[in-house]
Amino acid sequence: MNGFPSGYRYTKSHEWIAVEGKTGKVGLTGYAQDQLGDITFVELPQVGRQLKQGEVFGVVESVKAASDCYAPVGGRVTAVNGRLETEPDLINRDPHGEGWIFQLEITNAAELDSLMDVETYTRYVAEQGEKG
Amino acid sequence: MTRQETAPPRPGRGTEPLIFELSSPGRIAYSLPALDVPDRPVDSLLPPSALRTRPPELPEVSEVDVVRHFTRLSQIQHGVDIGFYPLGSCTMKYNPKVNEDAAALPGFAGVHPYFPEEVVQGALELLYHMEKYLCEIGGVSRVSLQPAAGAHGELTGLLMFRAYHEDRGEHRTKVLIPDSAHGTNPASAVVCGYETVEVPSDSRGGVDLDALRRLMAPDVAGLMLTNPNTLGLFDENMHAIAEIVHEAGGLLYYDGANANAIMGVARPGDTGFDVVHFNLHKTFSTPHGGGGPGSGPVGATRELEPYLPVPLVDFDGRRYRLVYDRPKSIGRVKSFYGNFLVVVKAYAYIRSMGPDGLRQVSEDAVLAANYLMRKLAEHFHLPYDRHCKHEFVVSGVWQKERHGVRTLDMAKRLLDYGFHAPTVYFPLIVPECFMVEPTETESRETLDAFARVMAHIAEEARQQPDLVKAAPHTTPVKRLDEALAARKPNVRWQPET
Amino acid sequence: MSVKHRYLPNTDADRRKMLEALGLRSVQELFADVPERVRFKGTMDLPPALSELELVRHVGELAARNATVDGYVCFLGAGAYDHFIPSVVRHITGRAEFYTAYTPYQPEVSQAVLQSIYEYQTLICELTGMEVANASMYDGATAAAEAAIISSYALPGRRKVVFSSALHPEYRETLRTYARGPKLHLLEVPAEGGVTPVDRLREAVDDSTACVIAQQPNFFGCIEDMAALGEAAHAVGAHFVACVDPISLGVLKPPGEYGADLTVGEGQGLGVPLGFGGPYLGFFAATGKLTRRMPGRIAGVTVDAEGKRGFVLTLQTREQHIRREKATSNICSNEALCALAATVYLCTMGKQGIREVAEQCLKKAAYAAQQLEAAGFPRTFAAPFFKEFAVRSAVPVERVNAALLEDRIIGGAPLGRWYPELADSLLIAVTEKRTRQEIDRLVARMGELR
Ligand SMILES: Cc1ncc(COP(=O)(O)O)c(C=O)c1O
Repeated sequence: MNGFPSGYRYTKSHEWIAVEGKTGKVGLTGYAQDQLGDITFVELPQVGRQLKQGEVFGVVESVKAASDCYAPVGGRVTAVNGRLETEPDLINRDPHGEGWIFQLEITNAAELDSLMDVETYTRYVAEQGEKG
Repeated sequence: MTRQETAPPRPGRGTEPLIFELSSPGRIAYSLPALDVPDRPVDSLLPPSALRTRPPELPEVSEVDVVRHFTRLSQIQHGVDIGFYPLGSCTMKYNPKVNEDAAALPGFAGVHPYFPEEVVQGALELLYHMEKYLCEIGGVSRVSLQPAAGAHGELTGLLMFRAYHEDRGEHRTKVLIPDSAHGTNPASAVVCGYETVEVPSDSRGGVDLDALRRLMAPDVAGLMLTNPNTLGLFDENMHAIAEIVHEAGGLLYYDGANANAIMGVARPGDTGFDVVHFNLHKTFSTPHGGGGPGSGPVGATRELEPYLPVPLVDFDGRRYRLVYDRPKSIGRVKSFYGNFLVVVKAYAYIRSMGPDGLRQVSEDAVLAANYLMRKLAEHFHLPYDRHCKHEFVVSGVWQKERHGVRTLDMAKRLLDYGFHAPTVYFPLIVPECFMVEPTETESRETLDAFARVMAHIAEEARQQPDLVKAAPHTTPVKRLDEALAARKPNVRWQPET
Repeated sequence: MSVKHRYLPNTDADRRKMLEALGLRSVQELFADVPERVRFKGTMDLPPALSELELVRHVGELAARNATVDGYVCFLGAGAYDHFIPSVVRHITGRAEFYTAYTPYQPEVSQAVLQSIYEYQTLICELTGMEVANASMYDGATAAAEAAIISSYALPGRRKVVFSSALHPEYRETLRTYARGPKLHLLEVPAEGGVTPVDRLREAVDDSTACVIAQQPNFFGCIEDMAALGEAAHAVGAHFVACVDPISLGVLKPPGEYGADLTVGEGQGLGVPLGFGGPYLGFFAATGKLTRRMPGRIAGVTVDAEGKRGFVLTLQTREQHIRREKATSNICSNEALCALAATVYLCTMGKQGIREVAEQCLKKAAYAAQQLEAAGFPRTFAAPFFKEFAVRSAVPVERVNAALLEDRIIGGAPLGRWYPELADSLLIAVTEKRTRQEIDRLVARMGELR
């Protein structure tokens, strides 16, 4: 499970966020999709919705699991990845790229500081593996 | 071209077409007497706007088609009458044939629920005695036979909790549920408007008492407990648990899914439970019907009894009566009096076993489980190394770590050897879990045969992991793609257009 | 002392061998973890075991003390109906491959149960005109209650559930019980002239309404203006829940065509015996957009590793075993065998039979109502009806039914039990099983009482 993109920030609940200016693109990490298995359904947030950091923005489902997903930082949803409606397995195939879930306009950039960088997240995931 | 040739995906060899694919216009399988009252046009009797304009696309088949279709289908189905079915937590014991005969008697099957009481005294008497028997087995004061299944019993019981607390002017919002609990427990609690709080298990598989003490608070309505729990372990701290919960004003709910282990050994009512449910489709031998119907009678101690659903059956020394006048009752939880014909089967079972027979059932079920557990422990990880009750869990973690073979794969491989797989991946607290419940109706030879096959599969996992990972190989269909079914839901057949 | 019993294969010798393998002397050692203070001592106070022959005699004797629809002519309905059950139904549901299986957790050895559920879902969709159906609920009452709960989940913030007093009284009671947890606010509109008054209903709904539930035909057997009731619900953004008699759908408009969001009902009439009230069959169907809100099991099509068609339980993430406290319903075991009975029934009746059975009910009921009217028992309500109707009696209804009972006729349900203002009315059901002769006998006997 190496190869988490280096410029992204990560959450303990395995979301990533790629920031460009005031905009952030959010998805699930390769580790998360591997834990979930074949993803069968993604509940996308409504465009325009105002999210707080840590708020549930949607659900990702595999055959035998349903997992809440949490906003890495607060912001207003500006776009969602509509392809996931018919191709939820994009998250399995390309979790850090084509499998992005939504975009948001970040309210408070300072919240990004509470997230992990790639090294910390990689270590965090390794520990998870040992526990599980 | 016929539909079979165009409809993707196709049935394959060894499978059966859909009944719709066998349809041929004009064919019939029914007959009714000719109409013997004056025929009047439908639209003179009903407003035209209320009428159907297009007939439903029901199949047009002959009676032979119907019989062959379902008979052929039945040949690709596993059931208790075909072989061992060690599905943990489900108590797949033998379903006595005479019980089916009893329930099919016209004097039970052909009785309308609103027939006047004076002409259904036999049915009411049966319900009355069944209640008494379950009171005795459960150590409770009264029982409602209305709930239709275990989960329905949970809902009933928790609504009784709610009514009890409200009666005391107490507003309690939470229900405690162990992490080993069945999914219906938290789901039922939420349907009853409670928040759920998970109680961790201790290293011996029981309720973690310290955690329970910490979590038990004035806003907790009660604790739902399965005992023996879903690990098959009797909670040795039963008494302490009851004390902790009761002292804080909470109530104790007994999920009776596992009562097969304790008949005549320990009665939930005596061990501190306030409300209990039984699953007649588990402990009391009624068949599972491919998913149901079951029956989930709910019993209560004297304190909680006023809240039971209505109606109950009383006897005034002369006549059996349905009693509705119970002001504290939570009301009814379904129409009529419960799954009566299922109750008839369970009644027949209790009468066939008698008190000593039921105790023997529990002893044999527990002996069978321990015997099998020790045999499987030679090849699989045993997370709780102590005597189990009627079921036990072993884990496939060794096979997964060493050979990349998952419990799911081994479960599928079991199908190749003619056994139904145990429950897998439940309870959630044991990774790669197999939950095995042999029941008392399996002979020592069957248990030995199953143990041999499990040992063999463990060996296969070592020698030929790919064989196991691709299992099953000999079933009517091979491993089915569940992800595809969920991604592109096709949940009804569509006529070709 | 261990017990010898026909259902217990292991002999004392087997038990001994098993104990030996465990290194134990007595099975009691396996119960050592049951603390002394909670242990049950002595013998349970239950009647002693019966042999099979004794049991057969005993249950036969109990059964013989009940009236049956074979020994009596039954004009009782009110939510449970004496429809004809073709022999095929009993034979198929009596196959142990079906009835000794459980929920198809291992689909590769459960294709019969799964495929028949898929066929059942299709049949229910065809009958109701809905897009998706589940594998069954406990009964019509709980299906209606869960439809209300699902509506309030699907429309967050809405907790009001509106229906009329023409909804089956026991369904309303069940709804009341179920409403406690999710704190649904129930609003009952009094029926007028045996039907739900559309204007009153329109006044009762608002933007806090989760759903309107309407029964077709309603408890009085009367035909409701479902399109208008549905419009009233939709006008405030609420769901419209149709609770229907599946047999009536042989002639009546399917709920999908009048905009029902959810369709539920009691499926007992579809090949399930009266059985003193259960087990019955709740059916539950919805529009496609509510698929992921559905309670209960759903079977779907997929392919196996070789591309062959097969069936599995699907969309399981809705359910309690995965979602636990976030599930939309707590249902686990359902009424699968009753759903199989309905499947076989509907396949046997087929496209033509379902219409014919519905038409016969309709026409026989119309005949009975006409004859009773002529005999001095006018209909309580003027609204059109399907297979059931209420009549007024100048003679106390208890006397009517008592007189009928003497003649081995079970008369209609006395409505006063649920509607004090209708104490003079009987609800009479006429299915395809009733002959003209039986109807004439009912009419003659009732006429004599006048
Ligand atoms: C421990 C436990 N509790 C509750 C239930 C729910 O029972 P039912 O399926 O009858 O609703 C089950 C069913 O398998 C169970 O195993």
